[in-house]
Amino acid sequence: MIKSLDPRITREQIELNNPINPLADMDQWETYEVFHQKKRGDQHEHVGIVHAPNLEMALLFSKEQFGRRGISVNIWVVKTSNVFASDYDDADIFETVPDKQYREAGGYKVMEMINKYKKENKKII
Amino acid sequence: MYGNAYIDPNEKPLSILDGEDPIKLAEFEARIDRGEKIEPKDWMPKEYRKQLIRMIEQHAHSEIIGALPEGTWITRAPGFKRKLALMAKVQDEVGHAQLLYSAAETLGKSREAMINDLITGKSKYSNVFNYPALTWADSCIIAWLIDAGAIINQVANSKGSYGPYGRALERICVEESFHLKYGHHNVVTLATGTPFQRQMVQEALTRWWPPIMHFFGPSDKISNHTTILMRWKVKMASNDDMRQQFLNMYVPKIWDLGLVVPDVNLKLNEATGLWDYTEPDWDEFKRVINGGGPCNAERLAVRRNAEEKGRWVRKALLQKDSSYVTPLA
Repeated sequence: MIKSLDPRITREQIELNNPINPLADMDQWETYEVFHQKKRGDQHEHVGIVHAPNLEMALLFSKEQFGRRGISVNIWVVKTSNVFASDYDDADIFETVPDKQYREAGGYKVMEMINKYKKENKKII
Repeated sequence: MYGNAYIDPNEKPLSILDGEDPIKLAEFEARIDRGEKIEPKDWMPKEYRKQLIRMIEQHAHSEIIGALPEGTWITRAPGFKRKLALMAKVQDEVGHAQLLYSAAETLGKSREAMINDLITGKSKYSNVFNYPALTWADSCIIAWLIDAGAIINQVANSKGSYGPYGRALERICVEESFHLKYGHHNVVTLATGTPFQRQMVQEALTRWWPPIMHFFGPSDKISNHTTILMRWKVKMASNDDMRQQFLNMYVPKIWDLGLVVPDVNLKLNEATGLWDYTEPDWDEFKRVINGGGPCNAERLAVRRNAEEKGRWVRKALLQKDSSYVTPLA
């Protein structure tokens, strides 16, 4: 049988039938949500998660996972269990928002009124 | 990098929609039809969850195991620049595995459970990584052509319906584009080099061609199952379509270098616009995916060894009061 040239096989001589010891729960620690800022002035953006045993290592892993190419200036990490999120099932709480034109600049149109006024009052102006 | 998720053809056909709430199912399908994404806490059919876990998990394992044949060449890379690049590529692959494990975790399977299924041999990973990278040129062919195949697969899947998988794949595809360019640069360097280098890269191509043709998997059986997975945007393109796309993009580039593809029947059929090729040996594919390949045993042994040796470090760092919460997105 052809073996690869993996040094762990050729030099360390790992047994091919080494014992299977399953990982215990929490072996891979908790998860942290990662927020990445590309450059000063940008918002931090959620980019994913890392598994880590504590905040410091979460930051270290985040730098490797989400900051190893391109530009970065800052990273935040937050324990997943500390994030309190709304429920997608409750998304109807946002439903009427696009209708609230009185909150938008576009909800205030005056040109028609001005033009009408000008037309009716030509002599005065 | 990755091969297409493997569905065992002997898997019992399921009564896929048994016991699903018809109203919730209709809402779910309507959302997908509107082009909206499904997020982790949304209601989803059991079969959707099961197939996505299987697919994302296999993909993650493929990234981890895929790092092994290439990683072998880090210590023997020809020159400092190539060594740095190969280390960066291998680190990317392991990073991809972590992104993917996270995406699968949002569906409710823990990372420990997935790793356990890998090291016990219960889960599959891409079949190509059960072959050895015998020379430096093999690692170059992998980086170019296997990663090229992976990109075709991943670009298709990134448009799928599950939000976390799509987001992970978008990030992965950006990084894979470096792998592809790096692999091409390596292959071109060898193919335009000395006669010995040319011979080495030709031999590597000859060795890797059958696994490359296996890469996208056998022709899809047209079944109700496949139809539903495509309707749910879990499966985004048929295996044959992806294989054709790969041949269309890369065979001309291989021929450009004067290299020979070891298949006398390989040609673009002017009438159909599709590539004709010798049907890959699917018995060999099945033999290897079921454990009979040259490197299956050592890949898992190396992985088990890594888990074993790191265990005390992870345990030492584990804090008593920590408890697991499924990641959010």
